[in-house]
Amino acid sequence: MFQAAKQAKFQRGGSTDDILLDDGNTSYRLSLYDKPPLYDVTVEEFETSALDRLRILAEIESSAARNRSWDETKQVTMIQCGKYLPLNSNSASGIDVQAERRKDCLGHFVLRLAFCRSEELRRRFIRAESTLFKIRFETDDSNERRAFLDSKDFNWISVSKDEKAEYKEQLQHFISAKVDLTTAFKNEAFYKVKWTTIPDLVEKRKVFLKGGYAYVPAREQASIIYSAFEERLEAALQATSRAISLVDEDTRLNPILDNLAQGFIAGVPSDWVASGETTGDGITADMVDSLAKQHFPLCMRVLQQSLRKDHHLKHFGRLHYGLFLKVLGLSIDEAIAFWRKSFAGGPGSDKFDKEYRYNIRHSFGLEGRRMNYPAKNCLQLHSAHEAGCPYRQLEGSPENLQSALLSSYSAQGLTVDDLPEIMAQVKKKSYHVACTRVFEITHARSVKKGEGLGDGESVTHPNQYAARSIELEKESKESKLEINSM
Amino acid sequence: MALSSDIDIDPTSEEVLLTFYRRLYPFKQLFKWLNRGPERTEKETRLFPYREFAFTLRNDAYLRYNSYPSDIEMKKHVCLLTPSRFEIGPVYSAQPKDKKTVRPTHFKAEKREVVFDIDMTDYDPIRTCCSEADICKRCWGFIAIAVEILDTAIRDQFGYTQLLWVYSGRRGIHLWISDKEAFELTDDQRKAMVEYLTVIKNGKEPGKRVNVRFGMKDLPPTLKYFCRYFCHCYYEAHVSPRDACQAINKTFDELILQDQDCFGSQEGYETLLSLIPDAKLASRLREKWSQKPDSPSYIKWDEMKVEIKELKDKNARQNMRNAMEDILLQYAYPRLDAEVSKHRNHLLKAPFCIHPKTGRICVPVDPHRIREFDPSEVPTVGQLLAELDAAGSNNSDGDRRDDSQKTSLKPYIDMFEQYANSVQEKQIKMDLSW
Repeated sequence: MFQAAKQAKFQRGGSTDDILLDDGNTSYRLSLYDKPPLYDVTVEEFETSALDRLRILAEIESSAARNRSWDETKQVTMIQCGKYLPLNSNSASGIDVQAERRKDCLGHFVLRLAFCRSEELRRRFIRAESTLFKIRFETDDSNERRAFLDSKDFNWISVSKDEKAEYKEQLQHFISAKVDLTTAFKNEAFYKVKWTTIPDLVEKRKVFLKGGYAYVPAREQASIIYSAFEERLEAALQATSRAISLVDEDTRLNPILDNLAQGFIAGVPSDWVASGETTGDGITADMVDSLAKQHFPLCMRVLQQSLRKDHHLKHFGRLHYGLFLKVLGLSIDEAIAFWRKSFAGGPGSDKFDKEYRYNIRHSFGLEGRRMNYPAKNCLQLHSAHEAGCPYRQLEGSPENLQSALLSSYSAQGLTVDDLPEIMAQVKKKSYHVACTRVFEITHARSVKKGEGLGDGESVTHPNQYAARSIELEKESKESKLEINSM
Repeated sequence: MALSSDIDIDPTSEEVLLTFYRRLYPFKQLFKWLNRGPERTEKETRLFPYREFAFTLRNDAYLRYNSYPSDIEMKKHVCLLTPSRFEIGPVYSAQPKDKKTVRPTHFKAEKREVVFDIDMTDYDPIRTCCSEADICKRCWGFIAIAVEILDTAIRDQFGYTQLLWVYSGRRGIHLWISDKEAFELTDDQRKAMVEYLTVIKNGKEPGKRVNVRFGMKDLPPTLKYFCRYFCHCYYEAHVSPRDACQAINKTFDELILQDQDCFGSQEGYETLLSLIPDAKLASRLREKWSQKPDSPSYIKWDEMKVEIKELKDKNARQNMRNAMEDILLQYAYPRLDAEVSKHRNHLLKAPFCIHPKTGRICVPVDPHRIREFDPSEVPTVGQLLAELDAAGSNNSDGDRRDDSQKTSLKPYIDMFEQYANSVQEKQIKMDLSW
């Protein structure tokens, strides 16, 4: 099905013949993604390749939102790439480079399907993809990069010797030489392209312009490739958006694509599965209060606070908070104890047994459908009407959000001076970035700015937030113990 | 010419506007220009009819998204509305008049001429003769230099040839670039072009606005060229005789130092001193100048150059040379209203509109004769109507077809027509090559 849709889409571009023989093998690590994958893939491959790529793109986006420097972004992205989407050069031995490249290519094309649907998504996708391309281009093996460039036609014209001599004075300005300018100039090659292909270099006056042509020194060549990459991707996304109706009929793929597109907004949706290691040996009802004050993200703190205050939570509040606590390690008995105690003073205990016990047991998979529900992730909390992400829900009333932040986190080192930065992210609708920033501030002792939840990952799940927080505390305790025992 | 009559004619009255639009406004040429080709092939019907026109009515109501199949329908509607002026927008992907019925995603600004706007108000911090809305022949010197610099830069560096300069009716000038490539630039490319040409960040507060170099690096060659040819007071020693001939007469010296006398007052020279990075040198000059705050600018400028020459440290001297170049740029380089040019969907007043305050027509200007141009000699609508009356009483056959030929608007319309033809011819050649 995927193949059919793909083929239909790209038939317009011609050359369907060689496509049938295509097995996805490529000779370069870098790709302009001009050939779609036309082999059979399983639905699972379809989804995982895209999800893994999405993790990286989401990280790139949040790097931009968090104002990371280019080097930081590069570093964080490369770590993520190594984790989810390794892509080795030809020289790498013992690794199936073709499989890596197939996955890279497949992920890219699946995301094209997911992100071609609106102008906004297209724009963000192009930006993230071209950043990824830039990072890979910069880190590529120089010989392979050379070969890759030679294999493509970017419409550039070499500047002849005579022409170079004619504009010597002007062109010299654009090469940097510490010692010998004349030799450096002699050795530097220049290319001529229409200025419209490299607006970024023109904007910064980094090239010499004459008669509508930009004279680009060889070392700025990369800029031409980046813009070619962006241009082609934009055109391809436009074409895909016109053809997407062909895929829309496939009921297996549609939900996946919808999910992916949504995921870009909140970072990658992750069903956080707590492993026993991170949360310790389970927690008890009495511990929840103190844990909340130290380790919970704002959304769960707000629920804990209103539970303490009102001795009650509405349905969705109970659902979100209950599942969160379950994943955190609260067993069914402890959960019932916790909720019973929390509701004491509110509705009577008969009512509790009648109305809430069932729900709690249900959420643990002990009643009804017997489904062990995962805790809600940030994406789900974003779209929740009740008891959802406070950064989003309080966006309209910044004063309330600020006072909530201060009252919840001031004990952990959040000050008034940190607020503008957080509010700016909220305003940009980068709620998960705001949340991640709060995490960094309140764990300033062990986390540097930009590190997020480790390796620069941002918050995509409240349990991920809490687990990491607990883990950090443990680490610092252990290191203290070591010091003491020495 | 019955010049006395333009005093009592109100350029915003319905009667005046109606006569002007009916008898004088060059709709035919406007159509020819914007439609870019006389043949109505399938492709070209998507040009004029897809173009937005926005009207400012006499009661200041603003009507956007008007579009017309041709000049005839447009003229009819304009005569009905009698707007005090109108603006030209982009070519959209659908007819603008259908905006409400087409899906928003299918209604995109696609193409338009690249436009630039230079306004005298951006020069307020440095001009000494007038301020705000006023303009005189003396401050026109700033505009003249700006036009010469931009015209040369765009033709030479960007390779565009179809440039139309239009006086905005009071104190500014507009540029329309109609080359096919320019017409089809994306917003990003437009932004790049404007940023490339922008050197001075606009703003009210005084102080340094020029930031075009990377650290101690030399100026980019195109700006170096500017300093060399427009400001030879700085380069006089280095310029060869051949270059000196090319140097344009009215340079930095004449405009800034002599005519405007920018540093002739305490406020003026304090601004200059604030741009000098060498604090010791600046305080020496301040001491000297505070005794004679009214000494002419060129004397102060020479005194500054002497001080620089006497600097012992080679680096400090180079630093001051760079600062001097920056000062030249800040005072004489064109100040662009960058926002106008960055986006395709920006609207700009159409040529040949009447300026509601001055009554003057927004006429095209020849960039090669920009220095001779005198804003006060531009015909006003009152003057034109009087000329019409005079011509009408002379021959009574009532032939109205060539009305504009009888007035002093004629040379401007001829110029516009020529321009419209040039945009067209290129287009046809381009089409044949396909």
